[in-house]
Amino acid sequence: MTDTTAPILQRTDGAVAGNRPWRTRLRRLQPGLALAWLVVAVVLAWSIAPDLFTSYSPVDGVAGQQLRPPGAEHWLGTDGLGRDLYARIVHGARHSLTGAVVAVTVGLLLGTTLGLIAGARGGWLDAAVMRLVDTLLAIPSLLLSLSIIVLLGFGTINVAVAVGVVSVARFARLARSEVVRVRRSEYVEAAFGSGGSFIAVLWRHILPNSLTSVIALAALQFGSAILALSTLGFLGYGAPPPTPEWGLLIAEGRNYLSRAWWLTAAPGVVVVVAVLAADRISTSIGRTEP
Amino acid sequence: MLNYLLGRLGQALLILAITFTAAFLLLQALPGDAILIKFMNPELGLTADQIADIRASYGADRPIWEQYAHTLGNFLTGNFGYSIQAGVPVRDRLLVSLPPTFQLAGLGFLAAAILAVAIAVLSTAFAWSWLRTVVQSIPSLFISLPVFWLGIMLIQLFSFQLNLVSVISPGPVERLVLPVLTLAIPISAPLAQILIRNIDAVLAQPFVAVARAKGASRQWVLWKHVARNAVLPTLTIAGVLFGELLAGAVVTEAVFGLNGLGSLTYKAVDSHDTGVLQAIVVISAATFVIINLIVDLLYPVFDPRLGARPGAST
Repeated sequence: MTDTTAPILQRTDGAVAGNRPWRTRLRRLQPGLALAWLVVAVVLAWSIAPDLFTSYSPVDGVAGQQLRPPGAEHWLGTDGLGRDLYARIVHGARHSLTGAVVAVTVGLLLGTTLGLIAGARGGWLDAAVMRLVDTLLAIPSLLLSLSIIVLLGFGTINVAVAVGVVSVARFARLARSEVVRVRRSEYVEAAFGSGGSFIAVLWRHILPNSLTSVIALAALQFGSAILALSTLGFLGYGAPPPTPEWGLLIAEGRNYLSRAWWLTAAPGVVVVVAVLAADRISTSIGRTEP
Repeated sequence: MLNYLLGRLGQALLILAITFTAAFLLLQALPGDAILIKFMNPELGLTADQIADIRASYGADRPIWEQYAHTLGNFLTGNFGYSIQAGVPVRDRLLVSLPPTFQLAGLGFLAAAILAVAIAVLSTAFAWSWLRTVVQSIPSLFISLPVFWLGIMLIQLFSFQLNLVSVISPGPVERLVLPVLTLAIPISAPLAQILIRNIDAVLAQPFVAVARAKGASRQWVLWKHVARNAVLPTLTIAGVLFGELLAGAVVTEAVFGLNGLGSLTYKAVDSHDTGVLQAIVVISAATFVIINLIVDLLYPVFDPRLGARPGAST
């Protein structure tokens, strides 16, 4: 019973639940993993040096070249203002990636710290932190993000923080269960017994041994964050219009549905591929269930 | 058993109390004052005194603990306060917005369940393992699809390329087909995953081998023995599914321009109408908690093995 609930419960907003039997079968398909790393490398390169990949401007359109279908000159076509879609996707990688990094960092730092302290201290502190986590899990993730956005205001970083806060509960739960597992081991008892202070034992012994599955969850959350950021960007809470943010690209393309399918199809495919790659890497790092 | 019941109930109430307090502190007590946003608009030409009067009439000038007690009392009696932007009670707006969203979410869930069972059955039915692997990876693809993009792609495909669903003045059924499909596809993924995993786990049980050894066909075993045991654990993700259905419905409504809880939520976010948002957050958290409570309490009834050790499901 515990086995079936726990892993599912900690992924409320659409991450892949660990499914060991067929996952292990998939793991043998190493080309998939190589492809996933390649995708991440490309997206990373796009965000670091977008000008190496495209000579077109992401914000200035070329007059007379509106709504060109994908072809040799414009690989993914152009939008209603004559802007090259491929260039906009390449330049947009930086926004989406920065957002995802901020979101995962917020979730990882806050969540892991909470989980570490709760698991290591135990007692009333543990109970208090876990009730807080339960509360965070009780609010549907989209509503939680929206509430935080109302509080912080619109913008890429604010939206990223909102997405990060949603994942705090998941990180806290996982970190706590890992800490509780490690704490029971003899070497931690020995470290306490030989006079180690709470903080020192936490830092030297408990944290490093709890980290593998937390990192796997971080990789998984990276994909979820890209997904959530694109959704909030689509709804118009992220960066303002001229910015080539992936979710916003899809929102803008929606106005040309009948005439230019590529404007919505291409950015969406990029988002899906990026999310799948992050998910694939996460499963290769290790088990993500507590 | 009584202790377990009371403990579980207390835990649920505690979560609701924390949710309410957090929503109150974050949305009502902190800046982003909806009253100021609406009435500071220079076109209205209100003086500072008049704004202060309006704030007083909403109770926004009273000390925070007093506002807290007042709001809590109101929520407990089913009065969710006023929507500052629309000037009507939040309850009235909810009563208008909830039915279409319930309809969408209900139909979406039904379609998702059918889709999930289809995927789960196909994933065990094929004789070739590579084909099973392909089917089993469908859920992780589904779950990686942004809901809003999926909706747009479905409109693109069915309305513009195939001309199957009319965009201009569609019929009542026609209008719901694509939104329901949009919502069902991502929701079916976690359901299918848990079904596939449970089927795998049950197939590995000794009693399955016994049934097969006695001469039962693979199909017979699947339907008579495995299905029952594999479906029950999906109950445990009911609460999570509710959250996903709600979020999915909100996004789907935005894509298809439907009126409902979704449009109410965005308007509230855009205009900082925190009263509305606070009510939506608290009500959805309450629904989540109640669903989980019911599942936890009913699970031992459906699965007698757990009756001996209540609490195993939390």
